Amino acid sequence: MDVAGRTGLWARIRDGLRRTQQAIAAHLQDAFTRPVDESFFERLEEALLASDVGVEVTGEVVEELRRRVRDGLRRPEEVRGALREVLRSFLPQPQPLQLEPPPAVVLVVGVNGSGKTTTAGKLACHLTGLGKRVVLAAADTFRAAAIDQLEVWARRAGAELVRHREGSDPAAVVHDAAQAAVARHADVLVADTAGRLHTKTNLMEELRKVRRVLARQLPQSAWESLLVLDATTGQNALQQARQFQDAAAATGVVLTKLDSSAKGGVVLAIGRRLGLPVKLVGTGEGPDDLEPFDPDSFVDALLPEA
Amino acid sequence: MFEALQERLTAVFRRLSGRGVLRPEDVDAALREVRVALLEADVHVQVVREFVARVREAAVGREVWKSLTPAQQVVQVVYEELVRLLGGEGRELTPAPKPPTVVLLCGLHGTGKTTQAGKLALYLRRRGRRPLLVAADLQRPAAVQQLQVVGERAGVAVFAQEAADPAEVARQAVQHARQAGYDFVLVDTAGRVHVDEELMQELRRVREASGAHHVLLVVDAMTGQEAVRVAQRFHEALGIDGVVLTKLDGDARGGAALSVVSAVGRPILFVGTGERLEALEPFHPDRMASRILGMGDVLTLAERAREAVDAERAAELERKLRRAEFTLEDFREQLRQVRRMGPLETLLELIPGFSGLRGRRAEAEEEREFRRMEAILDSMTPQERRDPSILNASRKRRIARGSGTTVQDVNRLLKQFEEAKRMMRELERMGRRGRRLPLPPF
Repeated sequence: MDVAGRTGLWARIRDGLRRTQQAIAAHLQDAFTRPVDESFFERLEEALLASDVGVEVTGEVVEELRRRVRDGLRRPEEVRGALREVLRSFLPQPQPLQLEPPPAVVLVVGVNGSGKTTTAGKLACHLTGLGKRVVLAAADTFRAAAIDQLEVWARRAGAELVRHREGSDPAAVVHDAAQAAVARHADVLVADTAGRLHTKTNLMEELRKVRRVLARQLPQSAWESLLVLDATTGQNALQQARQFQDAAAATGVVLTKLDSSAKGGVVLAIGRRLGLPVKLVGTGEGPDDLEPFDPDSFVDALLPEA
Repeated sequence: MFEALQERLTAVFRRLSGRGVLRPEDVDAALREVRVALLEADVHVQVVREFVARVREAAVGREVWKSLTPAQQVVQVVYEELVRLLGGEGRELTPAPKPPTVVLLCGLHGTGKTTQAGKLALYLRRRGRRPLLVAADLQRPAAVQQLQVVGERAGVAVFAQEAADPAEVARQAVQHARQAGYDFVLVDTAGRVHVDEELMQELRRVREASGAHHVLLVVDAMTGQEAVRVAQRFHEALGIDGVVLTKLDGDARGGAALSVVSAVGRPILFVGTGERLEALEPFHPDRMASRILGMGDVLTLAERAREAVDAERAAELERKLRRAEFTLEDFREQLRQVRRMGPLETLLELIPGFSGLRGRRAEAEEEREFRRMEAILDSMTPQERRDPSILNASRKRRIARGSGTTVQDVNRLLKQFEEAKRMMRELERMGRRGRRLPLPPF
């Protein structure tokens, strides 16, 4: 089944790829220790593209930095500082989760496999850890065993789970969960929803209905709608964010599966184009692997230390 | 964001016309656009660089064909090269000489391993095989239950055990398969959020214990630049034999396909195109190439149309048209056939030129309109559908109530029906004169 060797091209590309990651990092490090020239900008461009920042926004970053260099920046550390500033300016101000007045609603949405159920579970653990009373709504009634998965998390968190049968109407689940949240004087209602590709009109319509039901049931409550985004996602994330902002009134992004190499650079484009801030980051599978987003360390991760 | 590549290239080439061959500077200008297109499609930056260099070699000095504009010609070269690189032999799951054939599905969290295992099981079962699903993901909460539900939906047996060791589960599953006469064993393995040594060790042990013949890497089509590294790590640790690309029913261009194939040098065998278990298709390099370039996918559309529209019914319709006895019954049938091809938005995505401009609201509106029309037709009696002339005011009121619409809606549908009738007669006349629909360049 080998497609290699026919042209020799694959061998060449593969060989090149193997060295790329280190090479890009080394490139930039190298760049920061030398005077700024054309090759510096080329390397910067390559590094940003390799972090999924995207062609357009990368172009804007490079342009802005070029302008500042023209205005007299020369020393490598100055340029580095300026670059950090530029990148930072592309991200909206981070905002903490809005949980007042209670019962606050946190709707968890996103495409399939981005980590919604895990995020909902981790969030419940985090909140109960703060002494808050949490109701979890199992509104993913589509994926096989999603409800069971959330039940494990509810037990772990000490949160109450509101569930219906698999295949039932998610709007009915959140309806009951909203009532339970009021009856139990809960502080937060966390609703896990089914994964859906943002291109499926009928499923996005279903999400609008869930949102309407929650708005009707808990008109006074604080509202958060979190788009869970896999940090390995490429340029399609921008389209996802646009659609979920529209259908689910997304208030922020949870960037999951972030690590040293999956940098989630596309949130720079999401922030720049849609003004949607990243609120939380998920770094692992444990209940504690959920943290507030720190724009400075995010930006630093895009730029290796010199 | 990214319009059809060809349009952009047309702008690049506007200045130059009537030249005999493609000159390096012409090609370079065009290739800058190609580079952007590939990067926007999430092809890895390094792969893009190599690819563009290669296309340049292939394109410079080519004779400009009379039938193509230079823009079309560069796109043609790019397309050919993409198809060639995405292609590759042995793009199928060859059975082992001695059954059962053991297939390992691996990949990161959330790429769709469990779902693909179920799809693959159904795919094999429908081809007369006897597959056995094995739950070797003992990490994620409820993963075993999920596979059991999926297996039930696919009508395929699931091997699950309380054991704590996935390698042991896999070993026993293969033994069980041999005894019980299963000819394919599909092992669903644990994923991880990140590639780590612990996972790789577990997977290596599962591979050894099961004696896997094929190790398939499951990759999300929406993956960005990271696709290369993930594929490399899995390949180095396990040896990948093929790739399953999932979530192609979204609007991601899927440049990750090219990245992964270039990183591991193994072909893509299957693509997942929806949430239903039937939504697994063999991989077509030519279609993937068009998609990455944003050129639409004419072939898939044609194929889907063929599948959806029953040929006999079509002939019947034509006969009725000729005799002008096309009724609302037929109209309803026709609506259903159009709907069976899939949601309108995914169809539009497949049509060249439409992939860039998608007015989602308009489509959603159309989808609702479709549903309204169906409701109205369903609320009529068969007699009314066969002879709409009997529809008086009172009958129309009843239909409107029954379908949750208004009398105006009913009237509008009747008008649309007359319109459709007229158009079909028109089309039919055209068809007899031997006119054909204009075909896109590929």
